[in-house]
Amino acid sequence: MNRKDLLGIEDLSREEIEEILSVAESMEEILERPIKIAPTLRGITVANLFFEPSTRTLNSFALAEKRLSADYINLSASSSSILKGETLLDTAKNIQAMEVDIIVIRHSIPGAPHFLAERLDASVINAGDGAHEHPTQALLDLNTIRKKMSTFDNLKVAIIGDIEHSRVARSLILGLNKMGAKAHICGPPTLIPKWMDTFDVTINYNLEEVLPDKDIIYILRLQMERQHESFIPSIREYIKYYSLTYERLKKYASPEVLIMHAGPINRGIEIESRVADSEYSLILDQVISGVAVRMSILYLLSRQKTNEDSN
Amino acid sequence: MKIAIKEAHLFDPKNNIDEIGNIYIENGRVVDDSSSKSSDIEIDASSLHLIPGLVDIHSHFREPGNEDAETIESGSRAAVKGGFTSVCVMPNTEPPIDNEGVARFIKEKSIKSNKCRIFPIGTITKGREGKELAEMGHLHEAGCVAFSDDGNCVMDPNVLRRALEYSLLLDVPIIEHPEDMSLSKDGQINEGVISTRLGFKGIPDISEASIVARDILLAKFTGGKLHLAHVSSKESIDILEYGKNKGIKVTAEVTPHHLLLTEEAVLSFDTNTKMKPPLRTKSDREALQKALKNGIIDVVATDHAPHPDYAKELEYSLAPFGVIGLETAFSVLYTKLVLPGNLSLKQLILSMTDKPAKILRLPVGEIKKGGIADFTLIDLNAKWEVNPDNFESKSSNSPFIGWKLKGVVDSTIVNGTVTFRGGEFVQEGE
Repeated sequence: MNRKDLLGIEDLSREEIEEILSVAESMEEILERPIKIAPTLRGITVANLFFEPSTRTLNSFALAEKRLSADYINLSASSSSILKGETLLDTAKNIQAMEVDIIVIRHSIPGAPHFLAERLDASVINAGDGAHEHPTQALLDLNTIRKKMSTFDNLKVAIIGDIEHSRVARSLILGLNKMGAKAHICGPPTLIPKWMDTFDVTINYNLEEVLPDKDIIYILRLQMERQHESFIPSIREYIKYYSLTYERLKKYASPEVLIMHAGPINRGIEIESRVADSEYSLILDQVISGVAVRMSILYLLSRQKTNEDSN
Repeated sequence: MKIAIKEAHLFDPKNNIDEIGNIYIENGRVVDDSSSKSSDIEIDASSLHLIPGLVDIHSHFREPGNEDAETIESGSRAAVKGGFTSVCVMPNTEPPIDNEGVARFIKEKSIKSNKCRIFPIGTITKGREGKELAEMGHLHEAGCVAFSDDGNCVMDPNVLRRALEYSLLLDVPIIEHPEDMSLSKDGQINEGVISTRLGFKGIPDISEASIVARDILLAKFTGGKLHLAHVSSKESIDILEYGKNKGIKVTAEVTPHHLLLTEEAVLSFDTNTKMKPPLRTKSDREALQKALKNGIIDVVATDHAPHPDYAKELEYSLAPFGVIGLETAFSVLYTKLVLPGNLSLKQLILSMTDKPAKILRLPVGEIKKGGIADFTLIDLNAKWEVNPDNFESKSSNSPFIGWKLKGVVDSTIVNGTVTFRGGEFVQEGE
């Protein structure tokens, strides 16, 4: 991989994705050691700029940075100068001026990481930009799948829920397509964009028709904070049509099916507890993959940086 | 003061003028050359086209209120450099042009600037709030040539009905910004393939077309004159065509950026691709070009909307809507539509001179003996590249930066006075 930034799955080639996953495999070895640390990124400084609340992704990046001996700082919207009226670009330029090599950014607006990447020398990693992309999530999902399946070819993945507002879904669909798998999306018609068919997916509003013969069922979180916008009549009705219950799973899905969810999960809403905690669930495997994949990305981008410096 | 313009290629499609000739101007009017007085200024225009001065019926000069983006002086400079001799300015200033004081202030400032004619457009409603009618009669007497709550669609159909009815008294058009604000709420770009890919909340074409339909029915019902600002979608054109075929008094404008760009420009996340209405699809763009060609759309208007760099150098959703257009309008359309043969020069000039002047009943837009001497001299063969450092506008938020164009304005003559010549502004008394 030879790039300054990691902004989206859209820009990555299949070869680059394979490289990230293959390096992630060796990173997993580090994570299995009794002393889980490597000196790989000694001297590299990373700033984690999170303008939206995040626990999982921020901690996963922070751990990945620690395990590779990078120095890092965390900036959240509430602690930053944004509150004092500073623009994103000024904030980022100030951070860069402090000799920061890599900026990890989570932002509510699509394109915010691209906007910075174009204007900064530092590497930029997109940790989620609005409903656009969440490439590190998709890569960790692909890594989780890779460990369970012999191949991506012709793999059938159902993605269930709020597609409209989901960066996880967009990145995952692109990633699955690039790897040769196929996404089958399902959710209420109001939460599936009218133009979704321009992605290489099938669309079906009926969960019980989608469940059979899928290798993986990927459940999206119902964004409760959007409830007031009236995309669905009620949570109760969402549960009626779209909740992945144990009963539905047993009745319609293949016995070998695997369940994934990007978290945080709303137990009892999009997924029943019994399913989330079942032997079908890969939810905690995804979390472990997250650290390894992020270590891999940090390493590959900083390798690019150190090469540049020595040239 | 007598001006003689020699050997120009006179071009005025309205009066079927397309010939090499001389124009003599005295006291702001076109006169015969029989007058014995020798000329004070003689311009050799042998490589230039002389056309009626361009008329823009949709600009934002931001004064009063946002003088860091544009002023009447800087906006006038941009206009004249782009070949415009008449500009109608929208009332979304701070305070808005909803009373005679602001209208008179703008008139006075434009007289002081003395570069081009400026006609204020008054608001339809007080404070552009869509509730109570502004004093349209008083505004009209203070120089307002039309009424619009531009940027704010009049969402209450009963208010728009009253406005259209009341405008019959003054015989001036109501200019509507067609956008159902509920359907477009929080939208950033066109709702479609690109918004789906980029995860932006979209502005669907029906947010425009549904209001176009509503307003055309209201115009039919009231008999008032309706002018639709910056139509952007095929859906709207279909309804507009219906209205025109029915003989309803409706006219419409289109901007150069909607004629030339599509939503794909947004893939760059460049905030100079962000405007309302948003850039739409290729098929919308084709429909707009066709509608301008066949007269369903009457005029080209710039929707010149300056914003300072610091306001545009932001995350996409935080940047304001709007792009500048006065300095590029003629050249981009000449280069990208006329030269490839998609529109005739006659049609382009008509849609930027006679037609807009007629809609707002401005006494300009043609070349005729005894007529007002507002002219633009253009070198259609001269080439230039759009460079943000060279704008006369105080802002540089153009979507055409870097474009290589043909057609350079050489001189602009307003009311018989040369205000711009050979790329330089002419100071008073020179």
